[in-house]
Amino acid sequence: MLRRRLNRLLGGDERRVDSRTIYVGHRSSSTTEAFIPPKFCDNRIVSSKYTVWNFLPKNLFEQFRRIANFYFLIIFLVQVIVDTPTSPVTSGLPLFFVITVTAIKQGYEDWLRHKADNEVNKYPVTVLEQGRKIRKESEKIKVGDVVEVEEDETFPCDLILLQSSRDDDTCFVTTASLDGESNHKTHYTVPDTEKDLESLNATIECEQPQPDLYKFVGRMHIYKNEQEPAVRSLGPENLLLKGATLKNTQKICGVAVYTGMETKMALNYQGKSQKRSAVEKSINAFLLVYLCILVSKALVCTTLKYVWQSKPGQDEPWYNEKTQREKDTNLYLKMFTDFLSFMVLFNFIIPVSMYVTVEMQKFLGSFFITWDKDFFDPEIKEGALVNTSDLNEELGQVEYVFTDKTGTLTQNNMEFIECCIDGFQYKYRDANSELDGFCVTDGPVNKVQEKAGREREELFLRALCLCHTVQVKESTKQSQGDGLIDQVDGFGVDGEVPRPPQEQRGFIASSPDEVALVKGAMRYGFTFLGLESKTMKILTRNNDVEMYELLHVLNFDPVRRRMSVIVRSKSGDTLLFCKGADSSIFPRVRQEEVERIRMNVERNATEGYRTLCVAYKYLSAEEYAQADAGLREARLALQDREEQLITIYNQVETGMSLIGATAVEDRLQEEAAETMEALQGAGIKVWVLTGDKMETAKSTCYACRLFQRNTELLELTVRTLDDGGRRREERLHELLLEYHKKAVQDAPPVKAGVTRTWSSATQDYGFIIDGATLSMVLNSSSESNSSRYKNLFLQICQNCASVLCCRMAPLQKAQIVKMVKNSKGSPITLSIGDGANDVSMILEAHVGIGIKGKEGRQAVRNSDYAIPKLKHLKKLLLAHGHLYYVRIAHLVQYFFYKNLCFILPQFLYQFFCGYSQQPLYDAAYLTMYNICFTSMPILAYSLLEQHICMEVLLDNSTLYREIAKNAMLRWGPFLYWTLLGVFHGLLFFFGVRYLFSNPALQDNGQVFGNWSYGTIVFTVLVFTVTLKLALDTRHWTWINHFVIWGSLAFYMFFSFFWGGIIWPFLKQQRLYFVFANMLSSVSAWLVIILLILLSLLPEILLVVFRKPRGPHARQKKPVQSSMGGNQSPRSSARPLLMRTFSDESNTVI
Amino acid sequence: MMASSYNAKDEDGHITVSGPGGGTLRSKKPENTAFKQQRLPAWQPILTAGTVLPAFFIIGLLFIPIGIGLFVTSNNIKEFEVDYTGVDMSSPCFNCSQNFSWNSTKPCTCTIPFYLDQPYESNVYVYYGLSNFYQNHRRYVKSRDDSQLNGDVNSLMSPSKECEPYAFHENKPIAPCGAIANSMFNDTLELFYNDPNGTRIPIPLNTTGIAWWTDKHVKFGNPGGNNPNLTAAFQGTTKPVNWRRPVYELDADPGNNGFINEDFIVWMRTAALPTFRKLYRIINKKSSMVPTLPRGNYTLEVVYNYPVRSFEGRKRVILSTISWMGGKNPFLGIAYITVGSVCFFLGVVLLIIHHKCGNRNNSADISN
Repeated sequence: MLRRRLNRLLGGDERRVDSRTIYVGHRSSSTTEAFIPPKFCDNRIVSSKYTVWNFLPKNLFEQFRRIANFYFLIIFLVQVIVDTPTSPVTSGLPLFFVITVTAIKQGYEDWLRHKADNEVNKYPVTVLEQGRKIRKESEKIKVGDVVEVEEDETFPCDLILLQSSRDDDTCFVTTASLDGESNHKTHYTVPDTEKDLESLNATIECEQPQPDLYKFVGRMHIYKNEQEPAVRSLGPENLLLKGATLKNTQKICGVAVYTGMETKMALNYQGKSQKRSAVEKSINAFLLVYLCILVSKALVCTTLKYVWQSKPGQDEPWYNEKTQREKDTNLYLKMFTDFLSFMVLFNFIIPVSMYVTVEMQKFLGSFFITWDKDFFDPEIKEGALVNTSDLNEELGQVEYVFTDKTGTLTQNNMEFIECCIDGFQYKYRDANSELDGFCVTDGPVNKVQEKAGREREELFLRALCLCHTVQVKESTKQSQGDGLIDQVDGFGVDGEVPRPPQEQRGFIASSPDEVALVKGAMRYGFTFLGLESKTMKILTRNNDVEMYELLHVLNFDPVRRRMSVIVRSKSGDTLLFCKGADSSIFPRVRQEEVERIRMNVERNATEGYRTLCVAYKYLSAEEYAQADAGLREARLALQDREEQLITIYNQVETGMSLIGATAVEDRLQEEAAETMEALQGAGIKVWVLTGDKMETAKSTCYACRLFQRNTELLELTVRTLDDGGRRREERLHELLLEYHKKAVQDAPPVKAGVTRTWSSATQDYGFIIDGATLSMVLNSSSESNSSRYKNLFLQICQNCASVLCCRMAPLQKAQIVKMVKNSKGSPITLSIGDGANDVSMILEAHVGIGIKGKEGRQAVRNSDYAIPKLKHLKKLLLAHGHLYYVRIAHLVQYFFYKNLCFILPQFLYQFFCGYSQQPLYDAAYLTMYNICFTSMPILAYSLLEQHICMEVLLDNSTLYREIAKNAMLRWGPFLYWTLLGVFHGLLFFFGVRYLFSNPALQDNGQVFGNWSYGTIVFTVLVFTVTLKLALDTRHWTWINHFVIWGSLAFYMFFSFFWGGIIWPFLKQQRLYFVFANMLSSVSAWLVIILLILLSLLPEILLVVFRKPRGPHARQKKPVQSSMGGNQSPRSSARPLLMRTFSDESNTVI
Repeated sequence: MMASSYNAKDEDGHITVSGPGGGTLRSKKPENTAFKQQRLPAWQPILTAGTVLPAFFIIGLLFIPIGIGLFVTSNNIKEFEVDYTGVDMSSPCFNCSQNFSWNSTKPCTCTIPFYLDQPYESNVYVYYGLSNFYQNHRRYVKSRDDSQLNGDVNSLMSPSKECEPYAFHENKPIAPCGAIANSMFNDTLELFYNDPNGTRIPIPLNTTGIAWWTDKHVKFGNPGGNNPNLTAAFQGTTKPVNWRRPVYELDADPGNNGFINEDFIVWMRTAALPTFRKLYRIINKKSSMVPTLPRGNYTLEVVYNYPVRSFEGRKRVILSTISWMGGKNPFLGIAYITVGSVCFFLGVVLLIIHHKCGNRNNSADISN
């Protein structure tokens, strides 16, 4: 990758960089030229980061690049070098632990990568060399090698298909592992290559590797016996991608064009920018504050130390002389080391363990999403998928949801509803009611019940049968010959025969609309039998098999919004059938035909159906010849092929005549409306971004209750722009101002933030904009207008309940998301979609959700979370998101709090020990405090807490508003926690301080020393901090009980144990029997109890005075569902585990 | 297989391969267990005024008596304190404190008379107190070698470098090494009861039982175990610079000599604060009939060895009786009474609010 970039940067010769020349089989094209084999990278896939040799340094380097690790390393080094109060072990041990665990984890992952790399790289492949078949390891393939691949093998590199064992020079490929589409795709051999590959002498000129899976431009020159080389164009249909699998084809031969890291697959799996959650930003801000506190504490102590020492007799009394070395040290150096020592002493205020705990919480917490059986969809037999656990809490902060329409709000389960031929409406009722299964229903009012001419009907149905790229599923291929015909016979002749066998026969297409149309045509008696060697076979109503030669397919693309086929019938007529969106068809047909159809189309659209118009045209021989030549030429072009093709397409697709239109229903997803309502109730603004047309999208919005009956729609589309009859720009300006006045200025001021009111009193506005207008808004001609329009547009949108953006190109979707994301207050955005066209917005938004829909797996692969259905979004946000946010917010605040009240007494102690950096607590306590004594309860809390139970959260979507805008991690709560920490710290220290005004605390008159002092403070601290968490816990499972009481018990046990033995490895037995002696003192007990109670008292008071949430009180229903009898006893394998680990690999600590 | 390994991504733009089957279709239904569905049975406590009110009253009612008990106990403890630093000209120890020199061979003695206006019935504990003495200074606290004090022979001959600059003297290892040991309190205090007849009756001071049992028996130990010949055991070491006698001559009683001398052990337990007291002697009650220290005139005889004027320190002698809660300290009692009263008061306030609002809302909530 880097090399490629470098090449691009350095390579002055654009030509050389833009394309590569490959000698097929390494045979030089001409004997005259000296054959210099070009250098390409080998076919080794290297996904591993480390080798055995560089693992340690490289891994350490990468780990210490993280600011937190680096900070702790510095602290550790200071402890080693400078004479500091705490031993290096106290910070070295946790750091070492964390670094080791991370290193082991990363090493293991890398080992797995090595293994997988090897599996791929050492995979045996067959390479044809000088007529012989040679088995080689996959990594030895070089560009230009001719590789043979057999059925069900994956391609070892990107190949140009030269030869196939199939008669029709095609092969079938499944790319399930690349993009998740499991259908079989047809790829074609390069036309007219020699059958004998041995004698093939050819070069391939193709573009440099690029990651787009569906784009490839190349040219093949075939040299035959000194003749002028024949040139063949190469497109994606000739390219077999590494990673795809050969299906239904015995074997193929192909020439390697891209190898190793330059294959499209390898290029594709690179770099997805990492998303960071708002909580992490808060953590960083808090860290900064604590760092300031730390530095200022150290500064205060250092200053006071030197002030104190300046008094005579204090610095070096006779009983406490300095060593010679200390005396010799330079004063300023001493001050500096003193400062460092104080830093080290107080460094526990920034806890190492917080990072570990946060990572653990996120990682473990994300399992609850995958484990949730409510996310399990029996249809696809899958549950939710978590691709990153970094964003769990972000799910509780969503302010804007951008949703795709097709496949997300709707099922993308297309059903042919009706069609209209020449203005007559045909609705499919029931096949049995009429013999031909075709009936005319309430047609246009001005027409009596009548049918269009039979000719037109059949033409229309033929058009439906021919104009598509649908494939017949291979599994039925064997029986296709006679069995299918039989069935179709039965179906055609008498309607009584049950239909299901046909209904279920497989059609595979990239778009479900096409399948619906072909199936629709089938119901009316025209069955598509399949495509074999460029011949399309259809079975007509009269049971004749008609053959059409497929000449050209003018592919569908979202810009043209139509597709065409050019076929030649048996009779020799050349026909062009075109289907597409009304807006793209109407201008290309004779205008007098339009009006008849338009009404139907619009009516269908408002009913929420997807409409397509069908047109045809006869091509005369000259016209065809011209088009054919143009298409061939364009396909050969290396540069701007797309543009050239589109130009030709546009030339051909003119002057057609309109036959009719189809209406296909796309049903709403289950509970789509309820979900949308819940989201709006939660204060989330829902924007629908769709490529579909406005009417359809609008009706979907109404159906989903995004628009209510009383919603006033503000439309900003091409139609409204054209209304005024003036220039669009002016009209746009005018409308924007008008809407702005309506929605923003006249609207009552809405309080920002948490108190967003969900009032029905004010007028709700819905905003509609289309792609063309949006680009006008965003790219206005004048610079000044542009930003102003954008602002106006944003303000309008932000004041509307919901926004519908239709006719969006994928990139525009991302543009909108980006615009909202960067708007004032930087709201948290979430994109949800199911198709490849949603990937850009999924990647752009803070949280990207993929739906495991029908349009392949691209969205799922690029998403952060994937769910099977839209309805799951509700639980994901309202329950999981809410809980995760509350958990992690509490976790973060609690961590800072507990470390503040841990270190504050240590700071205060400096005032009583001559600022000598004497630690108050023993080193063991310093080390263990965060690791053992107080870490487990908060981890359990942060995994299990349900301050409000899930059912209530789901029932009351308004609860989501309570945590909106990062409510629990703003400066207010942070200040509260900090003050609480300060209060506790002061209380602990001075409580014990006054107790120690007479250190004779035992009933035998013996006195306590400084370590007893520290131990009492520490005991109070551990208990208070743990009980504070217990007070905050609203959901006590047995785990919470176990962990909270267990931690306290462990502390007691450890203290006894630690003080019960003379540890031979310790230099000083400071704590020997200190704890036991402390417990033998009644006063110590009394002060501990007093201080714990006193610290928690304000907390209890606050809890009582805080308004209790109503739903709290509601008892959780005992849910012990006994259903799901067929649950598998095995624990579900979790590939996620490794995945998430790897995502996390560098974020631990 | 090959391709399925390329489903995961790494943040650094590297391809992550997550093993066989990693990231591919997972068609297993999640298990319906209470834990995985986050439906573990749970206790969901709700703190409301209703539940907290009794707690406040209980705390109040418990703490106030405890506090009163503590306060009374503390007040019943008799304590007498006399400062003998000798800062003032009038002070009997003024001369000693002025003429102090480390090298003086002749000990300076001063006599302080005092009067106890009430009899001390039970055991009396004699403490010495020092002020402005930073026993908790880091350099000081760490300046010891616990393994040497434990009787380890190696450490005896080569003390830890933590003891610097009190580790070696004239190339001999110091035993016990370190600043703490070096600065051991070495004033000798003696008490005399001035009989109304005019005779001075010495009061027997018990030197044992002043250190933690575990310290004396486990943590501290003489080199060579129970070898009675301590002089031999400490052969080759030298006494701390400021000491007048070597460590094996601290006490005549072999059970209280060397490192297990209790005065030494008490000193070695560093104090928490710069003003501290340490147990010096115990005056045991002889019989139930006679008070340990009857009312009357006493004389304190001090062999003034310990200089504190150089760092503006103070020296005190404290005579105190002891209760179950230790020495005299009114803090706990006052604190308990205060907290108890505050709790009780809050309880009352809460009750009033609760009643007023509770009636209006007809709920247990206290809404503000």
